[in-house]
Amino acid sequence: MQAKTAKSSLFPYLLWIAFFVIAPIALVVYYSLLDIHGHFTFSNYQAFFSSVYLKMTLSSFWYALLITFFTLLISYPTAYFLTKTKNKQLWLLLIIIPSWINLLLKTYAFIGIFGLYGPINAFIEIIGFDPQQMLFTDASFIFVSVYIFIPFMILPIFNSLDRLNPTLIDASRDLGASSFTTFRRVVLPLTMDGIKSGIQVVFIPALSLFMITRLIAGNRVITLGTAIEQQFLVTQNWGMGSTIAVFLILFMVIIMLITGQKDKGGRVR
Amino acid sequence: MKQLIQATIAILVVSALLFYAAHTLSASGGNSGKNTVTIFNWGEYIDPNLLKQFEKETGMRVIYETFDSNEAMMTKIQQGGTAYDIAIPSEYMIEKMKEEKLLLPLDKSKIPNLKNIDPYFLDLPFDEDNQYSIPYFWGTVGIVYNPNYVGDLDFSSWNDLWDPSLKRKVFLVDGAREVMGMGLNSLGYSLNSLDNQQLRQATDKLITLAPNIKAIIGDEITPLMINNEATVALTWSGQAADMLSENEELDFAVPQEGSNLWFDNMVIPKTSKNLEGAHAFINFMLKAESGAQNADYVGYSTPNLAAMALMDEEVVTDERFYPSEEQRDTLEVYKNLGPDYLGKYNELFLEFKMSIR
Repeated sequence: MQAKTAKSSLFPYLLWIAFFVIAPIALVVYYSLLDIHGHFTFSNYQAFFSSVYLKMTLSSFWYALLITFFTLLISYPTAYFLTKTKNKQLWLLLIIIPSWINLLLKTYAFIGIFGLYGPINAFIEIIGFDPQQMLFTDASFIFVSVYIFIPFMILPIFNSLDRLNPTLIDASRDLGASSFTTFRRVVLPLTMDGIKSGIQVVFIPALSLFMITRLIAGNRVITLGTAIEQQFLVTQNWGMGSTIAVFLILFMVIIMLITGQKDKGGRVR
Repeated sequence: MKQLIQATIAILVVSALLFYAAHTLSASGGNSGKNTVTIFNWGEYIDPNLLKQFEKETGMRVIYETFDSNEAMMTKIQQGGTAYDIAIPSEYMIEKMKEEKLLLPLDKSKIPNLKNIDPYFLDLPFDEDNQYSIPYFWGTVGIVYNPNYVGDLDFSSWNDLWDPSLKRKVFLVDGAREVMGMGLNSLGYSLNSLDNQQLRQATDKLITLAPNIKAIIGDEITPLMINNEATVALTWSGQAADMLSENEELDFAVPQEGSNLWFDNMVIPKTSKNLEGAHAFINFMLKAESGAQNADYVGYSTPNLAAMALMDEEVVTDERFYPSEEQRDTLEVYKNLGPDYLGKYNELFLEFKMSIR
């Protein structure tokens, strides 16, 4: 009896998954098998393995990797010190608030900030250097992306650090471990889950960033996301757009598998 | 559990209140489809005061939405989510929309102001006898530059863009047809070329331009040129006119090898629910006063002769923006390439973009 009610209460969720998860993915796969005239073909997959798209995939991965690396580099210490502060929830809130502002708005703000006559160049001039055009460079692209992703990385890391039992650190110190060893052998392994989910929420969207590539990087950086947008809106080649999307989904699954929490069983032991 | 139920009820009550408020607000605005005109236009492409005037004159409400490419516009109209009454696509897109049966024929008895339009811009090949479209603005594609920073280059030829002194200085507009067209024109080919070898050559030539490219962007180029943050940009004539009016140092040139001549036109898409309002709007925009005011604001070239008579003489005789009919002969109108070649142009444009490092 009980099993039956449990099953029927699952029904709406199953329906949801069928309509909004499985059906869209099936549609994407279906469209990826159509050419521009709507005929069945594998040519889109062939085209994906041409040099242009392979190069684009590699550069997408490279930039996503850089963005994730710098985001992690900044976020981990930030989250660590946050847990040490007095009003940590307030500080956390202050870090989260900018993520409520529209992404596009923040990106446009950076156009002004990085401009030749913007505040950063004004400062550079004061300290005696020539003003630099900072827009449309790799560095500015990575800076803005990292800035946008930082709150998403801090949140899971902060949570896992916050849950960390402080007596474990005391025990480690009492047993003679240096603070570096304590961090490496105790803190880091216990917050690994936070780091992994942080990497997931940054790396995957970074692979498909698209507005920033045009506004800040001036299309010097082209990600898979830009290519999908172009294929759907400009070329109207839904087949090729879907094919790129299929590969993006595949990459995401692979990343989820790599960063997934398969070590759960191990910890119980 | 009790808290959960309380929270759920609170959310439901707030949602109901918001829904009610939104409903009464839109009802008082008379948002019933019959009384609104929904306009779908390019960004920065109309004087907003004209929309207010139109609302005042007709008592209709205007909903105004913008798009940033012809293709994005057509996709949205095809999907038919919004009841657009007016759209303003370019000529090759009108050809395509006609084929796809996305346009409604115009009733010219409701557009008496059509008499104001220069006959040169009527009855063009993409829409013979103006069954579906009425000219809105026209212009060219050329190079806007700051003469103080480019030595003695005057961009009378596209090849000036390849000059080594322009390393990392050139901005391009993010449009496959504009950039590929430039590559084709610079080799003396037609910008509607359907010859794979010519397209290959043009792409190879564009790739050699890569070291000179600073960025490929959209409307953001306007403030950059105005503030002297950029020195050379490939852009549309009207956008250039905007820049020139804000920054006197700038100049604009259409290279002699030829370039694109384009027309943007008002059409009534099949999504329209207010045909009366759509015709009234077209007629309103064709009035001499509206045409002049709009051209002053937007800066593109108007096809409206009566409006030109009201405008500053200096503006309408400026051959950079109102080229003579003789000059117009070196220019080409975009043709609808068909899906295969449109795809090809975009693939090659992507290849070019990937070469910029």
